[in-house]
Amino acid sequence: MSTSTKNIEELVNREYKYGFVTDIETDSVPPGLNEDVIRLISAKKQEPEWLLEWRLKAYRHWLTMTEPTWANVHYPPIDYQGIIYYSAPKQKEGPKSLDEIDPELRKTYEKLGISLEEQGRLAGVAVDAVFDSVSVATTFKKKLSEMGILFSSFSEAVREHPDLVRKYLGSVVPYSDNFFATLNSAVFTDGSFVYVPKGVRCPMELSTYFRINASATGQFERTLIVADEGSYVSYLEGCTAPMRDENQLHAAVVELVALDSAEIKYSTIQNWYPGDKNGKGGIYNFVTKRGKCAGVNSKISWTQVETGSAITWKYPSCILVGENSVGEFYSVALANNYQQADTGTKMIHIGRNTRSTIISKGISAGHGQNTYRGLVKVQKSAVDARNFSQCDSLLIGDKCGAHTFPYIEVKNPTAQMEHEATTSKIGEDQLFYCNQRGISTEDAMTMIVNGFCRQVLRKLPMEFAVEAQKLLGISLEGSVG
Amino acid sequence: MKPMLEIKNLHAKAGCVEILKGINLTLKAGEVHAIMGPNGSGKSTLSHVLAGRETYVVSEGEVLYQGRNLLEMSPEERACEGVFLAFQYPVEIPGVNNTYFLKAAMNAIRKHRGQEELDAMDFLALVRQRAKLVQMDESLINRPVNEGFSGGEKKRNEIFQMTVLEPRLAILDETDSGLDIDALKVVANGVNTLRGPERAFLVITHYQRLLNYIVPDFVHVLSEGRIVRSGGKELALELEAKGYGWIEKEPAPSRVAAEFV
Repeated sequence: MSTSTKNIEELVNREYKYGFVTDIETDSVPPGLNEDVIRLISAKKQEPEWLLEWRLKAYRHWLTMTEPTWANVHYPPIDYQGIIYYSAPKQKEGPKSLDEIDPELRKTYEKLGISLEEQGRLAGVAVDAVFDSVSVATTFKKKLSEMGILFSSFSEAVREHPDLVRKYLGSVVPYSDNFFATLNSAVFTDGSFVYVPKGVRCPMELSTYFRINASATGQFERTLIVADEGSYVSYLEGCTAPMRDENQLHAAVVELVALDSAEIKYSTIQNWYPGDKNGKGGIYNFVTKRGKCAGVNSKISWTQVETGSAITWKYPSCILVGENSVGEFYSVALANNYQQADTGTKMIHIGRNTRSTIISKGISAGHGQNTYRGLVKVQKSAVDARNFSQCDSLLIGDKCGAHTFPYIEVKNPTAQMEHEATTSKIGEDQLFYCNQRGISTEDAMTMIVNGFCRQVLRKLPMEFAVEAQKLLGISLEGSVG
Repeated sequence: MKPMLEIKNLHAKAGCVEILKGINLTLKAGEVHAIMGPNGSGKSTLSHVLAGRETYVVSEGEVLYQGRNLLEMSPEERACEGVFLAFQYPVEIPGVNNTYFLKAAMNAIRKHRGQEELDAMDFLALVRQRAKLVQMDESLINRPVNEGFSGGEKKRNEIFQMTVLEPRLAILDETDSGLDIDALKVVANGVNTLRGPERAFLVITHYQRLLNYIVPDFVHVLSEGRIVRSGGKELALELEAKGYGWIEKEPAPSRVAAEFV
């Protein structure tokens, strides 16, 4: 093996940096799932009757469903009765200020480089930090509420704005949608809720850090973002998780609703524990993310950088109902060691003159398997719909794989569809070229990977882009360009 | 004065095929040497071996660069020590800005030499000035490295990089091939600007044409992995007139090059 190939392997075999477990007393229910567990979750969260009914409806429907097998991912059967469905850090009341937060928890965030003070006070980012299943810190809420923006944990929204939650919950991802979303609908514990009123432009990036912590706790997050007419919001979601051996299931649901002329930008950095270099352990990430451009001229933009998880099953999608509405999907997915990623998007064109853009960058290294799976559907009603799709794959080494499954369904002849796809390899010749200019192989790799992802990274908000570059092992580019 | 580069009995293989079969060549600072030869004679192999390409295995001989064993150095160390190769087929690096790439190279080299990173403004001024020298359009210096460049633009970019990085030993691997006469003059102008007493050039070319503009001090003919003839600049003209067949028919005087220098 040549030196540069060895270097590539060393580089892609770096250990996961964020592996540690914080010891906080947790309040858990025993493993297993039945109607009593769901009632218990609902009761613990003091939920109204209608929500319990909704959960139970979902649970009963879930019992009739089978786990999907069409994705290009392989894993041993999941024991759904072996999962703990509720676990919350013990706390009598919600913290009123940052000082009231458990010091252990604060330390965890600090290890991750997420100081709430820094995030909140210096960067102007409001953080609704989710630690396991209960939101423990919400900052900047006051400032946001002065503008009429609601940003809270999901549970709090259920208590304080039940009508809004009831109106929109399940309006984009119905409880019967798919196996994992239905499971989530039955057992979701917490998540985030955002409502931006008419004509309001949210002045800061809203940010939530998710972190799976209690051992063997499946995490079922539920996020709902509603942007009322003419409003704008940018939401950041970033994740890290501690190292452990057994696989952890994560089945979140994110619903976005954009009314007339509203815009939602949703950015994700996902860096959950991917398993060790032999493929042991790691998070199973089966997520349903979907946005509805309900109003005319509305826009929903998904940007994701997926570097973690043992298995990723995720298709952030847009339903373009409103006339002239726009859907975008920008994705970087990295599969290293034995990671498997099956990710992509669905763009469903329903309204007239709707437009969508898909830019997907898949990076495969080690034994990683990276699949792009995308659907562009133009319904009969979608006159003059347009789509542009670009799917690029980058291979590092010769044991990994890249797969592309673009599905296109067009029922209106006025549609314009474009699809481009490339597969390339980080070549010895590229590395040698950089070496010959004095650049080390490691720096050359980061440079090449960064260049490959550039179209997507530049879509991220600045502070997030920096984190994404770090995650991809990238140093300078982007801040210079 | 110690020579800049001493190649002694260099043998190199690609796989199990021996391509270089005992090269002897010495370059002193301030000199321009041209290497000519037919296709498959080992010209490009020689340039890649000097730059440290791992596709080739050196099976015998040694190469001293400024008195140090060049073959023990990694490709990036060679580059940082001032060895520059203008590639025959420069690769594309999609999404990586040309100027950013060059800045990374410049700073890696400066770091190696214990110098501070170049100030962004100074760097930009240098880049602009050099781009002008090789008549490279400013839009090209901010495009991704070689991406979508024409063949001529890629070659020009190599020379542009060379003039920014200011190497001590520059190896030009058929930089002239595929260039029109105007581009050829631009490339030559870049080389001639850098020409000086502290620098040496090894110009590999198929055709004599380039040597009208970069006038070499010495010309060597490479054939079947050996230098079969060395001479002054007039040797190039002779080759142009008579073709390589003329040399190949003669018995290979393997010691000629070493004796010559």
